[in-house]
Amino acid sequence: MSNPVPTSAPASGPAPQITDAEREELRRHGVLITYFEELYNWGRSNSIWPLQFGLACCAIEMIAAATARFDIARFGAEIFRPSPRQADLMIVSGTVTKKMAPQVVRLWNQMPEPKYCIAMGACAISGGPFKQGYNVLKGVDRFIPVDIYIPGCPPRPEALLNGLVELQKKIKAERLTGPGAAEFTQADQPSEFPIPEFGAHDLVPPKNDSVWTPPSPPRKA
Amino acid sequence: METLEQIRGRLLARFPAAKVEMVLNPGVAAEHSLLLEAASGREIALFLRDDPALQLDYCSNATGVDWPAKETVETVKTTVPDPAGGPPKVTEEKIKRVTPGCLEAVYHLYSMALKHGPVVIRLRTANRSDQVMLPSLTPVWRSCDFQEREIYDLFGIVFEGHPDLRRLLMWDEFKDHPMRKDYVDPDDYEWEPTAHAQVLERAKAHFPAAPAAPKPEAPQS
Repeated sequence: MSNPVPTSAPASGPAPQITDAEREELRRHGVLITYFEELYNWGRSNSIWPLQFGLACCAIEMIAAATARFDIARFGAEIFRPSPRQADLMIVSGTVTKKMAPQVVRLWNQMPEPKYCIAMGACAISGGPFKQGYNVLKGVDRFIPVDIYIPGCPPRPEALLNGLVELQKKIKAERLTGPGAAEFTQADQPSEFPIPEFGAHDLVPPKNDSVWTPPSPPRKA
Repeated sequence: METLEQIRGRLLARFPAAKVEMVLNPGVAAEHSLLLEAASGREIALFLRDDPALQLDYCSNATGVDWPAKETVETVKTTVPDPAGGPPKVTEEKIKRVTPGCLEAVYHLYSMALKHGPVVIRLRTANRSDQVMLPSLTPVWRSCDFQEREIYDLFGIVFEGHPDLRRLLMWDEFKDHPMRKDYVDPDDYEWEPTAHAQVLERAKAHFPAAPAAPKPEAPQS
């Protein structure tokens, strides 16, 4: 009998009454012990439906990840949904131009919680080779919260799969109740973000300060 | 195909009122071009297209050039002979000359029928601020449509007679013309991890104020 449920409980989870070793011992005898949160997260993390949209060359790698050679279906994320209402995951695959940014934020707002965002490739992370251009957003995290960053230009399909596995780990570690519960369980946490408007010289506002603030490592003035 | 000189001679014979100048390219390519007047540009374009010896039926490329006002200083030496028989007196005079700026549209024409080309024609606006009108050549060559819209978008040349003159790349509310040499892009240089040269200068304005007591901070790993 195969046991698909991960056997290690999250570190911060409710204290299991038995140890992992005992659970494993029971599993070998055909007794499956789990708890609701683990089962729920296992189900969620193994059927992540991405939103079907691509912005640039990274999208080609995303498509390649869905083909038989790399087969994103092995991780349960093969159902690319053409509607944001049915999607769990937004893979921002490519350059986000300032003209496209409001539409990306609008799609994000239309996705139901719980939702996750992967910034795929240098452009989606920081603007990439177009960073100093006048018309490219310097990272999609200026407007929407990003869970996983996948560097590369473009990242290979294996890198996208690795990012997906990292996202699965993140989902499996999420708590549903209690003080450290995930953001999507809290009604007061924002789920929608203001959509920037087209201004005379730039997007208005040019970034969402509640989502992104510039990092400040030490540097010489 | 005739040489550009011959074409110019025929144009001048056909349109005696028009002014057609040769613009020489001093480079190795030696791709010379014809500078037309805005007033007679459309007629001459029609002639180039319909003339049986030329049949320039295809405009492969239309692009813009920004010529900002240029100030040149010329030194003029005048030698005044000394009536007493001494050495002649040399006076130097510096003359400042301002070449007014303009915007230019460049069209590369080929003949599909006769398999020759390119013939390069240029049109210049009167200035860079308020008189930026040029006749549209879209009614002559259909392929100019999007390219003239792009020139309008990025350089700000207004093509009179264009069937659908809207911005092509930037959003409609955008007011600037990014390919002009005096364009200043939006100041979103908050986070430049590898800033150098001009980018460093722009990024310095966003550097956090130096703390009162500087202490070395461990770099984040």
